[in-house]
Amino acid sequence: MNVPDPNCPLLVRDLTVSYNKRPVLWDVDYAAPAPTPAVAAGGKAGEPSRGNLIAIVGPNGAGKSTLLKAALGLVPVTMGDCLFFGQAIDRVRDRIAYVPQRESVDWDFPVSALDVVAMGGYRALGWLRPVDKATRVRAMSCLDRVRIADLAGRQIGQLSGGQQQRVFIARALMQDAPLYLMDEPFAGVDAATERAILTLLRTLRDRAATVVCVHHDLHTVGNYFDHVLLLNSRVIAAGPVATTLTEANLQIAYGGRLTLLDRAADALAGRGLASGAGEAIR
Amino acid sequence: MNVAMLQFDAAAASAGGGWLAGLWPSVPAAMVLGAACGVVGTLAVLRQRALMADTLAHAALPGVAAAFLIAAAMGMDGRSLPVLLAGATISGVLGIGLAHVLQRHGKLRDDAAMAAVLGASFGLGTVLLSVVQRSPAGGQAGLARFLFGQTAAIRSDDAVLIAGVAGACVLVVAALYKELRLLCFDAAFCAAIGRKPGLLDVLLLTMLTLVTVVGLQAVGLVLIVAMLIIPSLTARFLTDRLWLMMIIAGVVGAVSAGVGGAASAHMAKLPAGPAIVSAAAVCLALAAVFAPGKGVVSRWVRRVRATRQTIFEHALRRCYEAAEHGQPLPQRHTRVLARRGLVLDAAGGEGVRLTPEGLALAEQVITRHRLWEAYLVTFGSQAPEHADDPADLIEHLRDPVLIRELEAAVRERSGGAVPAVPQSPHALDAGRGRA
Repeated sequence: MNVPDPNCPLLVRDLTVSYNKRPVLWDVDYAAPAPTPAVAAGGKAGEPSRGNLIAIVGPNGAGKSTLLKAALGLVPVTMGDCLFFGQAIDRVRDRIAYVPQRESVDWDFPVSALDVVAMGGYRALGWLRPVDKATRVRAMSCLDRVRIADLAGRQIGQLSGGQQQRVFIARALMQDAPLYLMDEPFAGVDAATERAILTLLRTLRDRAATVVCVHHDLHTVGNYFDHVLLLNSRVIAAGPVATTLTEANLQIAYGGRLTLLDRAADALAGRGLASGAGEAIR
Repeated sequence: MNVAMLQFDAAAASAGGGWLAGLWPSVPAAMVLGAACGVVGTLAVLRQRALMADTLAHAALPGVAAAFLIAAAMGMDGRSLPVLLAGATISGVLGIGLAHVLQRHGKLRDDAAMAAVLGASFGLGTVLLSVVQRSPAGGQAGLARFLFGQTAAIRSDDAVLIAGVAGACVLVVAALYKELRLLCFDAAFCAAIGRKPGLLDVLLLTMLTLVTVVGLQAVGLVLIVAMLIIPSLTARFLTDRLWLMMIIAGVVGAVSAGVGGAASAHMAKLPAGPAIVSAAAVCLALAAVFAPGKGVVSRWVRRVRATRQTIFEHALRRCYEAAEHGQPLPQRHTRVLARRGLVLDAAGGEGVRLTPEGLALAEQVITRHRLWEAYLVTFGSQAPEHADDPADLIEHLRDPVLIRELEAAVRERSGGAVPAVPQSPHALDAGRGRA
């Protein structure tokens, strides 16, 4: 078990998560690397100057998205906990920006791109206060940072997949957070968007932010990210990309599941149900 | 179901007054209710709670009947609207809770769970209703009005209750507009920034329950769900903005309630609910057909225009290609162009030719086509003879930004060696076996 450290952006301790009693994450332990302090020649001493781009990699159903959701308190946790900057999530929500999977929302929803980006400012606005001019201006500048300011007034369903992803990222930028949790930001986007997002993530990193991305493309992990967390319902390996993304580790993560563990998980899910009880005993 | 039970004489209820006396205060109250149904219903539809509202309404019936029986047994006036609505609320919420339990622990899909509760509670409610009808005090209870609504039966103290509750719901939506919009669009993000989606869902369900329950008397439990859904669908045809959608839905709801309520008050044996819902359905039909942009007419016009443009551009391209290869221009295509005066028939036996204007247009079309071909061949490694058909499908897009980027990409890759009108990568009839 790791000890809380106020510099550690994300600390996962013995986390087990189940859906309908079926465990999808088993006892995950992970500490995201803290931003590197500036060297004396650079910025002011003691201030962090460079964050990390961290990829969560693993096969389908490995629990990558679940890890982010559990950390944010969006899904119930069976055991263990997550700390951000050494604190529980509810005390640091304004320091964490979340980008959900693009498919998780209905893009026919009657809002404009600017409306969606402004949602990133709701926490700062507080309850009841309507979206004000300052928030809209800031939302506009966030749209500009992802290079689609000209599409601000469009209904979101009329945007391409890449543009929709940019809207989601712009919404996260509104929070101006030191930690970004992104669920598949590169999934299904065009090449131009991929480049734009990558450039932006690097800018964020250079401003001391930590970015954790669920990532699906093994070919680009090495180029895009500094650190990697290899996941397959349990932690396979974690660390700098060069030493972690080895053939041997990938073989463990992608080669064959632990079939007996899967069956045990199924049995846990079925326990207490009339149909599944027999299976659990067998 | 006993037909006589559903029928009543609305005129009798409003008897003794002039034309307007029958409408005040019931119709204005129904209109406020209609507006609230439109506003709250818009959120319910976007949060995918329409079936839940329907279940809630049907599950209210046993509560109405039971409240009457209990009140009568206690010696109170069972016809009092607050008493009946309290019963409706309790049993409606219990019904939703039951559906939830069935879904969670009975491993039912949520639509199956809702439908089961909806049907079962409506059946139970109808049985209880017949008990009420047979009881000594029940004959005059008029509980049947809760099935299909009876605007005219709204007394002035009822009107204050209905309009007050409905109006309060609209105010709450206005105050928490941005939170409710966030909840409906992206509940996960709502939770991630600490905006309590669970709490907001409870608030939304509470408002949904309130407008449904106070709407029972005016619209009736069978059709109240239509008043939640139809105005918001109508509004969706007309706008892409949520606030405007709510305003339009509110107006549609209010107008339908006004028209339907008034019609019901003046026509004997016309229950209010069906009249109101029919009025709303007319609004929806009009919007679906005539809405600019999304309506049937507007889409049909767009499709016809696009088809015509496609035929025209194909004609231009075929004629240009034929001329390029020194062949006579195909007649079925020149006919299309002749209508726009883009071909001329030279007398000197040279046959039909494109006019300078036609030639310029044809160059634009052929350039787009061949840029797409070049793009597919160079970037997509498509075999040249298989580039023609895909290019055919996309060449009619005229998004100027897209075309500019396409041109830049192709010219950059080929080092500027592409002529103003690019060469075709394949023989004239390649990939055109079917044509």
